[in-house]
Amino acid sequence: MLTAILAFTTLCVLFGLGLGWASRRFHVDSDPVVDRIDALLPQTQCGQCNYPGCRPYAEAIAAGAAPINQCPPGGEAGIRALADLLGVEPLPLNPENGEEQPPTVAVIDEAACIGCTLCIQACPVDAIVGAPKLMHTVIASECTGCDLCLPPCPVDCIRTVPRPVPGWGWPRPAAAGRLAMAPRPAGARAQAAQ
Amino acid sequence: MIGNPLNGDPIEIARQAGKRLHHFPGGLRLRHNKKVSCELPIERAPLPPRLFVPLRLHGGREAEPVVDAGQRVLKGEPVGELRDDPGGCVHAPTSGTVSAITRHPVSHPSGLDGRCVVIKPDGLDRWTTLRPVNDWRTADPGALRAAIHRAGIVGLGGAVFPTSLKVEEASERGIHTLILNGAECEPYISCDEMLMREQPGSIVLGAQILQRAVGAERIVIAIEDQMGAVLEALRGAVREARAEHIDIVRVTTIYPEGGEKQLVQVLTGLEVPSGGRPTDLGLLCQNVATATAVAQAVTEGQPLVERVVTITGNGVRRPRNLLAAIGTPISSLIDQCGGYTDGAARLVLGGPMMGYALPSDANPVIKAANCILVLTAEEIRPRQPELPCIRCGECARVCPALLQPMHLDWTIRNGLWEEAVETGLDDCIECGCCDFVCPSHIPLVDWFRHGKSELRGRELERRRAATARQRYEARAARLARQQEERRRQREEKKRALGDDAARQERIAAAVERARRRRDGDR
Repeated sequence: MLTAILAFTTLCVLFGLGLGWASRRFHVDSDPVVDRIDALLPQTQCGQCNYPGCRPYAEAIAAGAAPINQCPPGGEAGIRALADLLGVEPLPLNPENGEEQPPTVAVIDEAACIGCTLCIQACPVDAIVGAPKLMHTVIASECTGCDLCLPPCPVDCIRTVPRPVPGWGWPRPAAAGRLAMAPRPAGARAQAAQ
Repeated sequence: MIGNPLNGDPIEIARQAGKRLHHFPGGLRLRHNKKVSCELPIERAPLPPRLFVPLRLHGGREAEPVVDAGQRVLKGEPVGELRDDPGGCVHAPTSGTVSAITRHPVSHPSGLDGRCVVIKPDGLDRWTTLRPVNDWRTADPGALRAAIHRAGIVGLGGAVFPTSLKVEEASERGIHTLILNGAECEPYISCDEMLMREQPGSIVLGAQILQRAVGAERIVIAIEDQMGAVLEALRGAVREARAEHIDIVRVTTIYPEGGEKQLVQVLTGLEVPSGGRPTDLGLLCQNVATATAVAQAVTEGQPLVERVVTITGNGVRRPRNLLAAIGTPISSLIDQCGGYTDGAARLVLGGPMMGYALPSDANPVIKAANCILVLTAEEIRPRQPELPCIRCGECARVCPALLQPMHLDWTIRNGLWEEAVETGLDDCIECGCCDFVCPSHIPLVDWFRHGKSELRGRELERRRAATARQRYEARAARLARQQEERRRQREEKKRALGDDAARQERIAAAVERARRRRDGDR
């Protein structure tokens, strides 16, 4: 009896020490689930999800504090991806957070800009350059189209335009019938070579 | 012949390139249809009244025009430049006056417009001051590579990958064998065959220059077994140049033998690794027409401003090969070949397997244009309704890249992008064999092209998101740092003031000082 108790106590202590050591030795700084959720979010940093950025929203989802349907820029595809990752049912996008829209970029009407720097302070990705009382401009390639620079502008000189499409892509083939893209001579005699 | 033989270093095996011939999987034997355009010699196409020189370069980037409307230009002068790459040039194909810089349909599968420099030739065809390399046999290989870069040479087989990039990579990684690809396997196209017949000397010279530029030990020129006159012509040129280290290898004509990876497999028996390049095996592949362009760039200093184009098909009266200036409207080449026949129905840029239909013959000749195919209505395979896949596996049997086209098609249709990549979408060379044999008339290659575009778009989106994340995090860190700094400064000030008693004392001292000053003033 005593031997059994002793043996189990010893084992408990040993395993406890082992686990304690392992938890320090293999400590993970940030929650990998948060990273994986963050990787699926579009990084617009627009705050439409009621969190101050994509990372805070990812943390809230990981903590179970927020549902997965609050990201309008990610849209239905983003919700599906999150649902797949977390193993939950996809939800329709919450209309209170906004609607899914094609990507945009901000453009400053440089003639009208008074150089107040308010938009520079509002930009979550530092995509606006300028100095006090000097013209500001948007670095289009860095702009996420979050629209956060629009409200602070005192002269309403910022507007959003659709983001330029990067290059042409082959379209999805028509559902029925062939595209007239790759004609083949009808008489060509074909046979497998091997 | 699946996979690489396990015994032996692939690079060592690749050294024996061309000594023994192997096979690549799949492929099709197609009716050749080349003879019609090989009967007449290559002729220089007359200059049209207007040249439309596209500013579009490899990878969809557009050069910035460096000339203005009304400016006179000489042949070979740069008219467009890439801002971040001083060598990425578009050159004037002839001397004349720039009449406008405007949008014009450029020959591209999208059928979209692109910016073009419109040049009105003055008929003199006068070269600008050229900077040839004095003696390529003794010149520094770096100088040879620079000359290739300056000349704006791209792969003339159809992929138009910049030759200078390929050559730089090859010389950095070190290669042992230069392969000149003269296996022009797609039906109808005969521009390389005619070039090898008529200018074998130039090809051999270009090969030797390329060899010196990249430091290769051997040269293999691969031609097809159906090219009779070519073999004699090339052998004569090799004898004349006293370059006995050049091997001329005849390969069996099976489509798509002329694909870079397929040709490497035929010559070495090795597969180019997925996602890799022939340089991984110590090989460099160049098209034969590219070699002549290299020869001209180095010995004459001439940039690439013209190319041989095959004008063929039953829709044209006198099929032949023409030497056309880049930017020549296709209609002018058709006129040179006697015009359209009555039945002409469709204009195709490239061959029947990989080419794409052009909306109009006003489109200009581009560096990628190896063939203009005019098909008659009877030749066009009628549009047939697409039927469900019956899993017959024909597509997999003919795939030269050993893919499973039916499965790839399914992944793309259903948006399973990760699986599409895993099952080798990027290894598809878009040869069209699967499409050709599919009994259900599924436009497989159109799906694969769409899938590749989609993947590229996704990759761009992913990169954009990564940049935004990085910038957001950097900003958050900066804001936290500034806040911390402000808090520290506040605390320091507070500390400097000391405790309550000391503070009272200081205030009293300041009041005293002020009073004294006031009294003194009185």
